Amino acid sequence: MSNWVEVCATDKIDEEDVIRFDHGGMTFAVYRSPDDTFFATAGLCTHEKIHLADGLVMDDIIECPKHNGRFNYKTGEAKGAPVCVNLKTYPVKVEAGTVYISL
Amino acid sequence: MEKGASKRDYSLLGRDAKAAVESGLSAAEWYHTDIPRKQMKELMKREDGPAIRDTILWLGSMLVTGAAGVYFWGSWWCVPFFLIYGVMYGSASDSRWHECGHGTAFKTRWMNDAVYEIACFMIMRNPVTWRWSHTRHHTDTVIVGRDPEIAVMRPPDLFRLMLNFFGILDAGYAMIDMIRNAAGIISDAEKTFIPEQEQPRAIRIARIWVLIYAATIALAVYMGSILPLMLIGLPRLYGAWHHVLTGLLQHGGLADNVIDHRLNSRSVNMNPFSRFVYWNMNYHVEHHMFPMVPYHALPQLHEMIKHDLPRPNASMLEGYREMIPAFLRQLKNEDYFLKRELPPTAKPYREELHAAPIAAE
Repeated sequence: MSNWVEVCATDKIDEEDVIRFDHGGMTFAVYRSPDDTFFATAGLCTHEKIHLADGLVMDDIIECPKHNGRFNYKTGEAKGAPVCVNLKTYPVKVEAGTVYISL
Repeated sequence: MEKGASKRDYSLLGRDAKAAVESGLSAAEWYHTDIPRKQMKELMKREDGPAIRDTILWLGSMLVTGAAGVYFWGSWWCVPFFLIYGVMYGSASDSRWHECGHGTAFKTRWMNDAVYEIACFMIMRNPVTWRWSHTRHHTDTVIVGRDPEIAVMRPPDLFRLMLNFFGILDAGYAMIDMIRNAAGIISDAEKTFIPEQEQPRAIRIARIWVLIYAATIALAVYMGSILPLMLIGLPRLYGAWHHVLTGLLQHGGLADNVIDHRLNSRSVNMNPFSRFVYWNMNYHVEHHMFPMVPYHALPQLHEMIKHDLPRPNASMLEGYREMIPAFLRQLKNEDYFLKRELPPTAKPYREELHAAPIAAE
């Protein structure tokens, strides 16, 4: 059963950007794509546990700020060295101007 | 001092490597100057323009000077052309390998990858091995036993350093590594930082390179001249001096086993030619603190955070004037290092994190 958790108002995330969201002892990265859709992944890079929310969003890619490892944040796919393990992704919905993720 | 008497064990499989992992010094959280997210995003923004311009200049100058060198081969007139060609081949390739390895030089991915592969060949660094070793260098910068790219180990081997101005040892080791990899062997040390699934590519590339060098040597034998090798291979030796000259300044004589790049990295003001060859890596503290900022944005980053950093050296000469005496002192006392003074506007060093460097125990 889905457990929808409120993240923030939609306008708290810039277009083509990401924020960090901590909940229940876990950390997540919540994205707003250039086409104004929201996505969520695990918050730490699978390479060396760096917060992805400090990284750079380019189209559908999030780049880790430490070693420039790249993931497709829509699918979680690792796009090559130095990241080899995919990111976990989470369902996201927007209701009444608020972003929720399903945990 | 006898080599065996060193307190530090630089082996990636050795005592200090284990101690760094156990103590949390490895993969630690490093100090960063605070920068508002909006400004950081602007700095991180990718562009193709600056790197396309610089790549045209880089490869174009090699084409012109290489052709002139060949044309004047046999006369002294070829010397200045090969000097320039050599620096572009044996030194500018170092910074291009580095920046494209980070994936920050170009916005377009394939351009990064193409220049990365070309530069790796010139600087004789296997593109797979060195991508991963450099990743480790950024995770564990100058952490003894963890960083595979420490250029000057303590106590410093000054004879080795001098030979490397002509690439003599580095290129020799690179050739041995290439032949070993081409034979299908990945060393135990390499296995500590190259994931298993990446290792076959390292082997494949080494084999391609062996074929290129074999063809060049065969051509030289056929022609009865070293000219083909003056264009491929030897420039890694006669053109290496500039990348060693600038590269030693990055961390030379500074602290090891600390987790603040302001203590173990050095920024240096440089002339425009060196900055072109070095692709702005003279802003080295800035680069380590924020490795996702492209080389062309480093001067801007420097302006933004200089209040929190030690003053950069005014010139390479000033850098060497502090670094060489430090190397000499480290011959007698390997624990000696230069402590960078922070300006009054900077956040202080967290001494409790750096009070007891593990290798100095």
